[in-house]
Amino acid sequence: MEQLKTIGRELTMGSQGGFGQSKEFLDLVKSIGEARSKAEEDRIVLREIETLKRRLLEPDIPKRKMKEYIIRLLYVEMLGHDASFGYIHAVKMTHDDALPLKRTGYLAVTLFLSDDHDLIILIVNTIQKDLRSDNYLVVCAALNAVCKLINDETIPAVLPQVVELLGHSKEAVRKKAVMALHRFYQKSPGAVSHLVSNFRKRLCDNDPGVMGASLCPLFDLVTIDAKSYKDLVSSFVSILKQVAERRLPKSYDYHQMPAPFIQVKLLKILALLGSGDKQASESMYTVLGDIIRKSDSSTNIGNAVLYECICCVASIHPNPKLLESAADVIAKFLKSDSHNLKYMGIDALGRLIKLSPQIAEQHQLAVIDCLEDPDDTLKRKTFELLYKMTKSSNVEVIVDRMVDYMISISDDHYKTYIASRCVELAEQFAPSNHWFIQTMNKVFEHAGDLVNIKVAHNLMRLIAEGFGEDDDATDSQLRSSAVESYLRIIGEPKLPSMFLQVICWVLGEYGTADGKHSASYISGKLCDIAEAYSNDETVKAYAISALMKIYAFEVAAGRKVDMLPECQSFIEELLASHSTDLQQRAYELQAVVGLDAQAVQAILPRDTRCEEIEVDKDLSFLNGYVDQAIEKGAQPYIAEDERNGMGNVSNLRSQDQHESIQHGLRFEAYELPKPPMQSKVDPVSSTDVVPVPEALSYRETHPISSVGSTSEAGSSELKLRLDGVQKKWGRPTYSTPTSSTTNSPSEKPANGASHVDSATASYSKSRDSQNTKKTEIDPEKQKLAASLFGGSSQPERRSSTGHKASRSSGGAADGSRGSKAVEKTIQQPPPPDLLDFSDEPTVTSALPSVDPFKQLEGLLDSSMSSTTNHNAGTATIAPDIMSLYGDSTASQDSLDIFHGLSTEPTGATSGETTVTTLPQSVKGPNAKDALEKDALVRQMGVNPTSQNPNLFRDLLG
Amino acid sequence: MSLQRGCSRSLSPRTTAVSASVFEDFKACISEEASCQTISEINLKKQKMIRAVLVMNTQGRPRITKFYEFWPVEKQHEAIRNVFSVLCSRAEHVSNFVDAESIFGPDSRLVYKHFATLYFVLIFDSSENELAMLDLIQVFVETLDKCFRNVCELDIVFNYSKIHAILDEIIFGGQVLETSSTEVMKAVEEITKLEAASNAINLVSKSVSNWRSR
Repeated sequence: MEQLKTIGRELTMGSQGGFGQSKEFLDLVKSIGEARSKAEEDRIVLREIETLKRRLLEPDIPKRKMKEYIIRLLYVEMLGHDASFGYIHAVKMTHDDALPLKRTGYLAVTLFLSDDHDLIILIVNTIQKDLRSDNYLVVCAALNAVCKLINDETIPAVLPQVVELLGHSKEAVRKKAVMALHRFYQKSPGAVSHLVSNFRKRLCDNDPGVMGASLCPLFDLVTIDAKSYKDLVSSFVSILKQVAERRLPKSYDYHQMPAPFIQVKLLKILALLGSGDKQASESMYTVLGDIIRKSDSSTNIGNAVLYECICCVASIHPNPKLLESAADVIAKFLKSDSHNLKYMGIDALGRLIKLSPQIAEQHQLAVIDCLEDPDDTLKRKTFELLYKMTKSSNVEVIVDRMVDYMISISDDHYKTYIASRCVELAEQFAPSNHWFIQTMNKVFEHAGDLVNIKVAHNLMRLIAEGFGEDDDATDSQLRSSAVESYLRIIGEPKLPSMFLQVICWVLGEYGTADGKHSASYISGKLCDIAEAYSNDETVKAYAISALMKIYAFEVAAGRKVDMLPECQSFIEELLASHSTDLQQRAYELQAVVGLDAQAVQAILPRDTRCEEIEVDKDLSFLNGYVDQAIEKGAQPYIAEDERNGMGNVSNLRSQDQHESIQHGLRFEAYELPKPPMQSKVDPVSSTDVVPVPEALSYRETHPISSVGSTSEAGSSELKLRLDGVQKKWGRPTYSTPTSSTTNSPSEKPANGASHVDSATASYSKSRDSQNTKKTEIDPEKQKLAASLFGGSSQPERRSSTGHKASRSSGGAADGSRGSKAVEKTIQQPPPPDLLDFSDEPTVTSALPSVDPFKQLEGLLDSSMSSTTNHNAGTATIAPDIMSLYGDSTASQDSLDIFHGLSTEPTGATSGETTVTTLPQSVKGPNAKDALEKDALVRQMGVNPTSQNPNLFRDLLG
Repeated sequence: MSLQRGCSRSLSPRTTAVSASVFEDFKACISEEASCQTISEINLKKQKMIRAVLVMNTQGRPRITKFYEFWPVEKQHEAIRNVFSVLCSRAEHVSNFVDAESIFGPDSRLVYKHFATLYFVLIFDSSENELAMLDLIQVFVETLDKCFRNVCELDIVFNYSKIHAILDEIIFGGQVLETSSTEVMKAVEEITKLEAASNAINLVSKSVSNWRSR
């Protein structure tokens, strides 16, 4: 408490650079800074909320106080607590005439409110008024609020004023008006579509800043519709040329680059406009070449422009010369020590690689280095590149690498992503079935339920169908190898559900097929699975179905079925299961086992899952029965759509449809209960082309019997996928529309065909082409795969060398590996990095064991003269500017979060002299100021750990 | 015809296909997912902007947060926590870019810079260039430093509205407005001057007046 009083006094005196805040606020910040746990922090903030609630209710709060309360509310909300009780006060504050209050009010509402908040109505009027204000600062504040708070409903209310502001005399206002208009366009393109021409007009504004601002909306517009802006190509090119030739005022320079942000935007726009347009591209070549040549690759921003140039070169109609210089820039990026540049280099390489695949060859080693880098961001970017580079020749190495990485990370989001990448590549380029299965196993085992179920489906299908060659021996070999691998994997703990489903299915189908394993062995294993994962119903369903198949095969083969006791108890458990699905499966199993061999043979013939199953979806065999019932007075069935009077809900998602039915009031009584599957298989009922009886009958079909209907009547999208898959693996299966026999043959195929044609023609086409490509290279692929896997301990080294190296020679590959090793050793001690901002280690080491705070205190206490002495001393000893500056930062390091920053430009470029010399010239008072600040900070209760006095950790947490 | 319903559960003739019933469910899910994705992609197309600016200290406490689209408070807080947990686990001397798609959705990039006790973070999408954004952070920090001279964390905490004024001069509605710290300073200075003139309440902090005397 004593301490706090001192702080209070300190602040009221305002001598030590006081922050102009009340003691209360300082207390709050301080106590939060000292909070040891999140819970404690929450308690403090809640107390603060109570205080604020009370204070805000007081009558006649002075305005200045009010402003502080609002800031405190913002602070509370920033810490994640609800401050909605005070929103209204923020709104009121926007009505105030005084500029500081108005600005605070606007700041608060932009941070507090969403654009559809109820309180917005109370602000719109004020905004309207303020946009017309004489004071341009009021106008700016209002424009700021407009961007965040106005939605498509309120746009019309302020639009005229904003458009008017486009002609404002202040360029700052014009700039903001353009951007506000852009924001309107983003939120509701329709509302401002008639004003789009304004953006073009602003491109010719006298002020380059306004011109630059208009590039943002134009970029958006060009992204959506490049064609209608082709006429601007020459304007953009000439603007870019002028910017690059430094025709803009000096004030637009940044780190000696002329208006780099404008250049970047222009390059982005040109990339879009030049894409696939030879004529437009040709007009850009000169200026692009100029910029690449002139850009300063020693600064960050210079590299940003260079990178943007590469993107542009890669996007427009290719020009060999430009590609060459782009490749040179990429080489520079990749060779750089900066991870940022490497990252950009890898990204740029990925863009260029489609145009000139050979450039990747030059950078193999750099790419491998990035892949092995500990930096995750870089690694992921490199995988992205590898994904683009994957060919059948290197797929094994790349996918192996990806799988390894996938196993090593714990971030589910990225795991899902990279697993899908692995699957995609494996499906596209798989050199052999065996490899495919092994890879899939790995993916399933480690990424488990993150993988799309479709992948599991494909894997099962592959195992069932083989590779499409009519070679039964290989197929059965494949199957038994799959069975073997699964029997091995089963023992592992905690397998993901989806993988277990695949395992169960494969074991059920093929577990006993090759005669190696007995039925009781396999069924025992299946029971183990069901038991180990007893709360996963889907797995249990798969297990019981697999059991049924095993027993059925046994019965069909004429052998006696002796069920293991654990199987028996498993079945009994399921017979009493709460899940009707499991129960039914169990009963079916019982029924099947009880039948004679012939019947079973008919029900479950071996090895036929690839054959079409014909489903009478109209259940025509029941027609007689139905007619009879109707004659007797039963009500005919009316399709659901008609019943609800929502015949044309085809666009609604089936899910929604059901929900709306469930939640809405219902007036019809006694609808028959629907089978639980229905909501998911429903897409059919929502395609209104399908005739009513069909939809009805479809729904009636029990899912188990509906293989045909699945592929047949499943949504068009699904069908497509199946189509692609089927083509891929080479043998026509379930999904050929014609193969099904329904009672409405005329309608059905038409329906299916139209879906296929319209929706997914392109998809299947691309799949087709992949397919042909794949078969073409198949033998060569096998050979290369063999050479890639030839016992090397480091296959990844060869990955990038891959088959490219095979063209040159094995020796070359070895050589490159050697040189790589050299490179590595060189890299071990990282070279002093001038660009490196976080240079604290050196600074702190300059003052080894002495407590820098003591030193500082001494300096402050004794007098200012000692400070100047100190500086003077340094100056004489080391007249060199850089070391001088470095020294001064060392002495004031505890305050200066900026020191790293300011040393950087000096080190990196001579161009930063303005920035560095400025603090230099005011160094004396500067240091003193810093010391004073430090003293204040210390008085506020900091007890810096001597290890890193740089940080305000202790105070501010 | 409603009578037919009862038949649906009869034992199907070829139960080999039993797995198909399960697949059906999954396929329904898949198609749903796919269509959801396209919807969100469409939404994203509209927003080409810098999404957020975050300043937090090395303990994960937010110092300045500004989201350019509306995010509910809880989500903001969650995002900040997630960002912090990513940032604090990053080694030194690695790139300043982080994969942020798991936190901010597809097509989001994160660039950060670490100064003493503070992380400066920008979240944006493909409409901006990573290296350029890194320099934008530089502009922001340079301006702060000019404004407060040797800016430290305390300056940021106690000059909340001023920092926002600076930020608003650099990024406006999610787009880059100005990149010259001198220009930004000019604008901010004018604001302070006019604010002071328009009202007797003088809330200009000491450090600013110091700066003006420079």
